[in-house]
Amino acid sequence: MDFNADHFALFGLPRAFRLDATALDVRYRELQAEVHPDRFAHAADAERRLSLQWATKANEAYQTLKKPLPRARYLLHLLGHDVGAENNTAMPADFLMEQMEWREGVAEARAARDHHELEHLHHRLRERMNASYDELAALLDDTGDHATASDRVRRLMFLEKLLSEIDEAIAALEE
Amino acid sequence: MALLQIAEPGESTAPHQHRLAVGIDLGTTNSLVATVRSGLTVVLSDELGRSLLPSVVHYAADGGVEVGYGPQSRQSADPKNTIVSVKRFMGRGRNDIAHVESLPYDFVDAPGMVRLRTVAGVKSPVEVSADILKALRARAEGALGGELVGAVITVPAYFDDAQRQATKDAARLAGINVLRLLNEPTAAAIAYGLDNAAEGVYAVYDLGGGTFDISILRLSKGVFEVLAAGGDSALGGDDFDHRIFCWVIEQAKLRPLSSGDARLLLTRAREAKEYLTCHSEAPITARLSTGEMVDLTLTTAIFNEITQTLVAKTIQPIKKALRDAGLSPTEVKGVVMVGGATRMPQIQRAVGEYFRQEPLTNLDPDKVVALGAATQANLLAGNRAAGDDWLLLDVIPLSLGLETMGGLVEKVIPRNSTIPAARAQEFTTFRDGQTAMAIHVVQGERELVGDCRSLARFELRGIPPMVAGAARIRVTFQVDADGLLSVAAREQTSGVEASVTVKPSYGLSDDEIAGMLKDSLAHAKDDAFRRALKEAQVEAQRLIEAVQAAIHGDGELLSDEERRRVDSAIVNLQAAALGENRRQITLAMDDLEAETKDFAARRMDKSIRRAFAGRTVDEVEKATGGGGKA
Ligand SMILES: Nc1ncnc2c1ncn2[C@@H]1O[C@H](COP(=O)(O)OP(=O)(O)O)[C@@H](O)[C@H]1O
Ligand SMILES: [Mg+2]
Repeated sequence: MDFNADHFALFGLPRAFRLDATALDVRYRELQAEVHPDRFAHAADAERRLSLQWATKANEAYQTLKKPLPRARYLLHLLGHDVGAENNTAMPADFLMEQMEWREGVAEARAARDHHELEHLHHRLRERMNASYDELAALLDDTGDHATASDRVRRLMFLEKLLSEIDEAIAALEE
Repeated sequence: MALLQIAEPGESTAPHQHRLAVGIDLGTTNSLVATVRSGLTVVLSDELGRSLLPSVVHYAADGGVEVGYGPQSRQSADPKNTIVSVKRFMGRGRNDIAHVESLPYDFVDAPGMVRLRTVAGVKSPVEVSADILKALRARAEGALGGELVGAVITVPAYFDDAQRQATKDAARLAGINVLRLLNEPTAAAIAYGLDNAAEGVYAVYDLGGGTFDISILRLSKGVFEVLAAGGDSALGGDDFDHRIFCWVIEQAKLRPLSSGDARLLLTRAREAKEYLTCHSEAPITARLSTGEMVDLTLTTAIFNEITQTLVAKTIQPIKKALRDAGLSPTEVKGVVMVGGATRMPQIQRAVGEYFRQEPLTNLDPDKVVALGAATQANLLAGNRAAGDDWLLLDVIPLSLGLETMGGLVEKVIPRNSTIPAARAQEFTTFRDGQTAMAIHVVQGERELVGDCRSLARFELRGIPPMVAGAARIRVTFQVDADGLLSVAAREQTSGVEASVTVKPSYGLSDDEIAGMLKDSLAHAKDDAFRRALKEAQVEAQRLIEAVQAAIHGDGELLSDEERRRVDSAIVNLQAAALGENRRQITLAMDDLEAETKDFAARRMDKSIRRAFAGRTVDEVEKATGGGGKA
């Protein structure tokens, strides 16, 4: 096994957005069971260093593939499209408008300490995102339209951020 | 001094020989040492059959050091020189310590970590902890009849980098090889999980004398996976004592107390607290040095009232940990209670109400952490057969971040990341010809640098002069399996390795530790030279054993020529280790390391191929050769 192999290869999974989550879990554990520093606690320095590097790599690869957004970004990166960071100026006006409406809704609910409304926003946004991820899967795995896929990933980056802001607001109310 | 065993090259020193390893629970209040003996995990007791060692250290003017029950029972006689709950000071400055004004010590606010002035000199918390560890090491070596290969030492899951490093430094001072720093709740989960063949999501609620931890784990066959950890590294049974102490002062309208009287009342407060666990009221009586008499009765109702906010303080971190794990309280199958303070009925009630189930109190809350640590130490020492082992996946409890413009924090490694973890970040210069750059690493969840704990400041030097913005310096942050951070930097365009000098904001520098090692020898029979030589010899032996075990397992990965070279490096090192020349030992070790470097890589490769062995060749090839196909 090559240390520079990509994350999909590392777990023996096909290079695609749709992924067998159970297989990923099983293989991640199989690999960690072999390379984890706990297996090398009494070994010589050289082996301990290698084990640290491999176990770190296995964790990074697993974290990247486990969640859909980093997985999509990573896949696009392998395909030669680097999505980059969130950047307002690159986004179309209608998307930015929609974003603003969402944000106003969240800000109002937060100010009113409206737990119920925040939960409602969370679920609406989740549904919207799920549909987006389905579309992304088709773009990446079926039609191979990487340019459109990159655009959808960029939008999803905004949406994921918004979702975590809603969750933080809910958490703050519960405290 | 133990003689080194000499084996003919090729004839391995029985790689299956049982290696002496222990688990140490270095507690705020009590410490324990446990081991696996003839397949059974047992706590090692003192000559009177007591398993706990109170974490209390007394320093006498003649340099004598006493640890345990003796100093604990005499603490109010000599409070300044009797250090209790030293764990609360590990990796902490004076300003970080709660109720510092009511503590009877003579604090010295040294840079990095607070110190305590005693009749035997100024002591760092690391040295005090090392004295506790030395007592445990002596107990273990006495009971097991040999030198320890190493120890797993437990730390609160919520300990930050400075506190972990301080613990590791203490072990080094005590001459203990640390196989791993293990989180206390994780150790408890190992003990509980293996004993009960538990499967599913469990919470471990650990309230000791000075720390509170909550960990959420998923237990499945052969895997212990920590999903989230949380807590408060300055909350424990001591705080309940303190609430009673304040109540007594208020009720009895006492004037400011001498340090001896304060100690006495804190002890009475603690006794009352423990008494209330099984009774509905507790008498508190004391005669102070001023002649004043204290004679009060504390009822359960009052106790509950004055400690209500403390109980509530433990629920917040549970909520946060569950949220991080993406779980609701009802998805938790069992709540394992650990730590002496979980005996308090109001704690069990609050936890039961939150999780809507009776917490699991059927294990000994004092011993379970040490037992789990011993089980893990036995595994790490290589005493278990492959296939008869388990995988432990733990996390870092607090996010690591960097200071950016305007005193804000940018997260580099988020909390609850599975360790080991690494993250690389790129920096650039903002002035023409700039050759150095300062970086500030912090730990914590808040947005402002000032609200997080400063871990280290370091400078990148030796950046080749270029125009502003041209240099690309890649800084890699690595958190190892002990939860400890290290930093490396490299200039990308020229490939120059920028040197990094980390100035820890908390903790001790290498020089300080070397100084302490020397000081601790001033009273020992051995001199510094002997001690250093001995350390090198033990390390040499460890390396030889590791290499021989590797050859025993995977000898076929070496060509005949390589095997000859490795064997001869082993013989060389064995010879050097018999001599008294430390430098020669170090050189021979380097030599053996160099001869086995490729071998190590091949062995790792073999392990990884083993991980793939379960899959069909077809599957693996499809994946690796997949190219851009959808
Ligand atoms: N029966 C009891 N009732 C209430 N508190 C108790 C009881 N027994 C011990 N404790 C408290 O437990 C704490 C020590 O717990 P322990 O798990 O030994 O701590 P640590 O891990 O910090 O050393 C002390 O605050 C002690 O007073
Ligand atoms: Mg404890």
